[in-house]
Amino acid sequence: MNVIELIVFIAAAALALVGAAGMVMSRNPVHSALFLIANFFALAVIFLLLSAPVLAALQVLVYAGAIMVLFLFIIFFFVQPGQKHLYVYSLPWQTFFSGILVIVLICILVLGLYMGGVFTAEEHVQSAAMKVEELTSPQALGSALFSRYLLPFELTSLLLLAAMLGAVVLARKEGRGDMEEKD
Amino acid sequence: MEPIVAYSLVLSAVLFTMGVLAVLARRNPIIMFMGIELMLNAANLAFIAFSRHLDKLDGQVIALIFMAVAAAEVAIGLAIIVSIYRYRRDVDVDAVNVLRG
Repeated sequence: MNVIELIVFIAAAALALVGAAGMVMSRNPVHSALFLIANFFALAVIFLLLSAPVLAALQVLVYAGAIMVLFLFIIFFFVQPGQKHLYVYSLPWQTFFSGILVIVLICILVLGLYMGGVFTAEEHVQSAAMKVEELTSPQALGSALFSRYLLPFELTSLLLLAAMLGAVVLARKEGRGDMEEKD
Repeated sequence: MEPIVAYSLVLSAVLFTMGVLAVLARRNPIIMFMGIELMLNAANLAFIAFSRHLDKLDGQVIALIFMAVAAAEVAIGLAIIVSIYRYRRDVDVDAVNVLRG
């Protein structure tokens, strides 16, 4: 890992963290969505550094493109700015206890990584360039997807079809007369 | 382990925790949903980091399939949120406690 990679990684990780924190903090859902888009772009850069260019491209296309556009669409349609909640009962101490839980969780995760020996350096000088070459190529990913992982791939397409039908059925208006009155 | 893999795993843990925080601390369902997306992305990052570490493509394939699953999940979840908005004109997850249309 040379210096340039390290600098790019630190910048992308900082952007990802800022995006995630802004997503959690900001009051306005539109700001949350925009912060999350920044986070997804930063993650795409990190995928590139981890020698997964296909997934970096798909991250930008699917997440930052399609999914976040869907989120913004819903927000623009249904959330008025400055809308007061009709129901104002909040759980007491919700933020406090969730903060404590989250701190415990991050401690457990990082401790688990530490105990798992993630941070111990190993000498792995063996032909790193050649390894990365095979990992990076889109051909290898495609042939793995269509040979060894063909069944999960096809099941994914079935899942997408079911989700499409489910979304149409769920978001449709109730009642009989919605065919005639086009709104 | 390679340093970039180790740093990516730590970043993945932190991002996952922030997603958990969004789900636990916020009450706007759209932002909670974004927190779920963030958790899925953190898991993806861990998969890709392990794929790099083990020098196998399996992690990348699983991350690819996860992206499709996340897209399906977003479509269904947002459809549910839309139908709740239609029904109540406002969405507060604590107020939606009756499963009846």
